Amino acid sequence: MRLRVAFSKQGALRYIGHLDLHTLLERAARRAALPLVYSQGFHPAPKIQIAAALPLGFSSRAEMADLWLSEDRDLASLRADLQSALPRDIQILDVQQADDRAPALQTLVVAAEYEATIPDEFASDLTSRLAALMEAESLPRVRRGKAYDLRPLMESLEAAPAESSGETRVLLRLAAREGATGRPDEVLAALGIPPESARVERIRLIFRD
Amino acid sequence: MLTPEQIETKLDRILLKVQKPGRYVGGELNSVVKDWDSADVRVALVFPDIYDIGVSNVGLKILYDQVNQRGDALAERAYAPWTDMEALMRAEGIPLYALESKRPLSGFDLVGFSLPYETLYTNALNLLDLAGIPLRAGERGAEHPIVIAGGHSTINPEPMHAFMDAFVIGEGEEVIHDIINVLKLRNTQYAVRDDLLLALAKIPGVYVPRFYQPHYMDDGTIARVETLAEGIANPVVKRIVAKLPPPPTKFIVPNIEVVHNRASVEITRGCTRGCRYCHAGMITRPVRERRVDEIVAAAREAVRSTGFEELALLSLSSSDYTHIEELVAAIGEEFKDEKLTVSLPSLRIESVSIDLVDKLRGRRGSGFTLAPEAATERMRRIINKFIPDEDIINTTREIYRRGWTNIKLYFMIGHPSETLEDVQAIADLCKRVIAEGRKVAGMKVKLHAGVSTFVPKPQTPFQWVSCDTRENILAKQALLKRELRDRNIKLSWTKPEDTLLESFLSRGDRRLAEVIFTAWKNGAKFDAWEEHRRFETWMSAFAEHGLDPAFYTHRPRRADEIFAWDHITAAVRKKYLFQDFRRSLEGHIRVDCRLNCYACGILPTFADLRRDNPGEGWKCPDVKSPRKADVSDRGQPLAVR
Repeated sequence: MRLRVAFSKQGALRYIGHLDLHTLLERAARRAALPLVYSQGFHPAPKIQIAAALPLGFSSRAEMADLWLSEDRDLASLRADLQSALPRDIQILDVQQADDRAPALQTLVVAAEYEATIPDEFASDLTSRLAALMEAESLPRVRRGKAYDLRPLMESLEAAPAESSGETRVLLRLAAREGATGRPDEVLAALGIPPESARVERIRLIFRD
Repeated sequence: MLTPEQIETKLDRILLKVQKPGRYVGGELNSVVKDWDSADVRVALVFPDIYDIGVSNVGLKILYDQVNQRGDALAERAYAPWTDMEALMRAEGIPLYALESKRPLSGFDLVGFSLPYETLYTNALNLLDLAGIPLRAGERGAEHPIVIAGGHSTINPEPMHAFMDAFVIGEGEEVIHDIINVLKLRNTQYAVRDDLLLALAKIPGVYVPRFYQPHYMDDGTIARVETLAEGIANPVVKRIVAKLPPPPTKFIVPNIEVVHNRASVEITRGCTRGCRYCHAGMITRPVRERRVDEIVAAAREAVRSTGFEELALLSLSSSDYTHIEELVAAIGEEFKDEKLTVSLPSLRIESVSIDLVDKLRGRRGSGFTLAPEAATERMRRIINKFIPDEDIINTTREIYRRGWTNIKLYFMIGHPSETLEDVQAIADLCKRVIAEGRKVAGMKVKLHAGVSTFVPKPQTPFQWVSCDTRENILAKQALLKRELRDRNIKLSWTKPEDTLLESFLSRGDRRLAEVIFTAWKNGAKFDAWEEHRRFETWMSAFAEHGLDPAFYTHRPRRADEIFAWDHITAAVRKKYLFQDFRRSLEGHIRVDCRLNCYACGILPTFADLRRDNPGEGWKCPDVKSPRKADVSDRGQPLAVR
């Protein structure tokens, strides 16, 4: 059976990368006594797919992974078992059974939404600055020695009302297709907001139908 | 003092700038976060190397469990930040903090360092500095934590005496509770720091250096060690547990890749083989074994609670575990349907060992490790590890024949009286091993010869001998490099500078504390790391204090010399060690002491513990004599000299 698990990733686990998350899920499944399906060969690997890599340092309330099990299990009890086998900074939000023949999870993601909480000192004229950035024709950037254009990766930017005083939120919807992934820290930098001063959380993954 | 919230805020600003930020955030499964305010005594356990190495340390895991099982205490962890993180912490004013609560170490009641090897000493100083705790014990006041250290290297605590308030000599499982019970009275009965330290000094197995004063002879050796307080032990006898307590099973599961991603179960403690170079074998006596059912249950629980892919069955000599066949069969059966790699270190060089690994489904194609240590009959007699060439050839041939392509053989050069012929024999043996391997398994067979250099260690029969000279070591290594040019033989060795560093720290006296301090101040840290080698810094620190490293490394000791560590004992009598040293010079071997007790001193020292725990658990003979009337009632060791 193919499981689709939605989960949050907070606290200390913001600093755990994509490959380590893979191992973490594998061990959690083993602790929960879930019968993972393994690949054949000399170094068998469990069949686990994570929808979209989350940049280091960002929290998320919208992660998703598929896990293949060699036998069917009751979803409710499985969810409880898996939750108790996970570190406290990962909370399961939902567990569904997915169609075994559906395409790989990574290929289904098209965009991601982020919420950036920024210090008030960077909040003046925010709406007009967001609009100005969206109106740019192109935003050439270099990342890891490769030139790319940030502009087409930005689908929408908007300011959101703050929940508490002293902070302002920005909602960013960025492309998240294979080979075309927008990074919220790059957008913040383009807005003149030092990325390390902001708290960024992924709040939604958008899938193609 | 910064609050946890302030530290977390500062961390969020710097963590994305360092390699592997997951080292510095905690949050691992099986880590224990207790309520700070409801604990009477808060303990920070520190492994002074990076997280990747320290997090799987079993000794600290045992203590972490012991403390956190108490309702009145908590234990948290700290490791050495790598240099990138340290620089940012210093720049941002972040003190060393514990991973669980993010509280600064200076806010704990007790800071306990694990010092299993000497090359961690400068890191310990660096971490105290990073924590904002005065480096010197004498400069600490009521507002500072009590700083203690334990671990194998502290069987000679003197080089680090200036920086630790106290040392734990021997095994920590029971003594940690005695220490916490004393610390609970720190605001009442022992409000004066000296009173607190004296109370600690009265706990069996605890050494508080400030109550001992060495006096030196003109030649720099020790004349005597004076005791400066009433009612404290001299010598300080190591603590042991009569029976190994239930092993820890809820291992911390790191969220990042570390060196040992595995659960482990200690199957035995101590070793009966008596190899004369072996520090661990001499200082961890007596041999105590766990029962097969206890080991299997612990292994099952450890794998269940961690999800690790690997299980290690730990001991100094797996083959010597009385029920090894039964254990291997039981572990094989228990995990037969699971994807688990089981490792069994320190196997004897005999075909039975291959059968054991086979039964554990050890992966073919990966390596098989054996430790002959020496390659001539003369050397093997001197070090008391006697394995004939034919056993080595037959065993390695069989390993290749059964499908392993890689064998790793551990050797040591620099044993007492070793010549170039003895080293030549190592090369010859390696060539024979691979030639025989090719006959049965073809040209694909590989051999890794790991040739380290012997360091004479305190409290062993070789504590009297000189370390090999730099010139000799280089000549021996050059010979090996010249001889072992086969492209399927890989040779690795230890740099002579690393050997000398370990050598003077191992058998140092109190005067080395200033050398360590100066070396650290001038930048020495991570001494175990190749990229941090700073031998010149160490040499100039010696020069600055008018000391000669050769006094510690290259001086054969007089037969009647009082050593800097003689007021500390691992309960193996000095007389016994000297007799064994003499036997070594005469080429006499001593067989496994399970077969014949040589009266090393363990039994008279721990007679009462043995009397109360007769039978299988210990590998020493039973004690039949009646209990002496004047022995304390709680397992306090009685020193017999």
